[in-house]
Amino acid sequence: MPQIEQLSEVLSSQVFWLLVFFGLTFLVVGLGMVPKVMGTVDLRDRQIADDLAAAQAARDAADSEEEAWRKRENENRAAAQAVIAEAKAKAAKASETKLAKAQAKLDKQLAEAEAGIDAARASAMAEIEGVAADAARDIVARIAGTEVESAAAEAAVKEVMAHG
Amino acid sequence: MAAEEGKVDPMKQFTIEPLMGSDGWQLADGFNIAFTNSALWMAITAILVTVFVAGGMKRQVVPGRWQMAVETLTGFIDDLLEANIGKAGRKYVPYIFTLFMFILFGNLLGLVPVGVIPGVHAFTFTSHFSVTGVLAILSFSIVLIVGFAKHGLHFFSLFVPKDTPFLMAIFIAPIEFVSFMVRPFSLALRLFVAMMAGHVLLKVLASFVIAGGGAGPVLGAAVGIPSFILMVAISALEILVAGIQAYVFALLTSLYINDAENLH
Repeated sequence: MPQIEQLSEVLSSQVFWLLVFFGLTFLVVGLGMVPKVMGTVDLRDRQIADDLAAAQAARDAADSEEEAWRKRENENRAAAQAVIAEAKAKAAKASETKLAKAQAKLDKQLAEAEAGIDAARASAMAEIEGVAADAARDIVARIAGTEVESAAAEAAVKEVMAHG
Repeated sequence: MAAEEGKVDPMKQFTIEPLMGSDGWQLADGFNIAFTNSALWMAITAILVTVFVAGGMKRQVVPGRWQMAVETLTGFIDDLLEANIGKAGRKYVPYIFTLFMFILFGNLLGLVPVGVIPGVHAFTFTSHFSVTGVLAILSFSIVLIVGFAKHGLHFFSLFVPKDTPFLMAIFIAPIEFVSFMVRPFSLALRLFVAMMAGHVLLKVLASFVIAGGGAGPVLGAAVGIPSFILMVAISALEILVAGIQAYVFALLTSLYINDAENLH
């Protein structure tokens, strides 16, 4: 096995050259290049993360914008609804008062008419009583030949009429 | 060996040879630093890792394929550390990433069939425990340094699991200590053995193919063809093993660092 047989004569050279070339590689590649390569990777990762964050922020902004728009829209809708309701209520009230006024007028006319009818009936009644009393007096005068006091005739007619 | 005709020495591939007459290079007396084939493949690995990662440095917001591949690998290590250590794991990404890529490319390069070009031999430096051992010691040192720097002497309480009764702790602590000290060895040996075993197996099967071919058409077909099919399958398996071993090394290192970072 040359590794063991040659060990004593090549050990110093092996160690020396390994340290030289490994050391050079470490200095040039390990310390010089690797941090730059990793820096590039980090830079890219950061850029991607930033871009993603910006996209997320834009999305959030759009969401909140939409939310605000929706809220405004809802408010407008509610306001419109309120205006409509108010107008409806006003119209209903106006028609109600108009109806009430008309009703009152009609009621009054009705009452006046009824009163007129009542008065007419009462005067007619009185006339009938008067006529009945005169007739009763005439009948009495013609049959009995006696003159009856008009007041007594009226009282007698009234009594008969009240009895039906 | 080349001298013995028709014979393949499965261990020959692990031989380290100085290149370009660098045999005598010395840093100090007795400290030989010959530029060997092993060192050459480490250099190739280092260059390829650098080129690969550099190709992913375009820093485009929308990544191309190459950049995507590099970012996937760094992200993979980052996730691994995040999962095992937590947020504090991020500062170990450069080390664990380098470790992972260096071992992965070293493993894979050893499997590239450059041997078809005459005179060129692939070499897997991760099949030498002198290499994996250094990497394991590096990882283990980081654990020790971070552990003692962060927790001071309190780091020794690592050997006493949480809520252990005192009587139990007397027995558990030595066991925990041994298991802790074995870590760098297990880390180094796992990678070294996995890489060596695969390459030996491939070479043994290759020797069957060659020997079968030399023994005539009937025997050659009976032995060589199944061996060759098996080689193809095992090569695929070795690619998987190359990735898994690199991952295991990185994963275990991050687990050990977690002990030091978040002491129960």
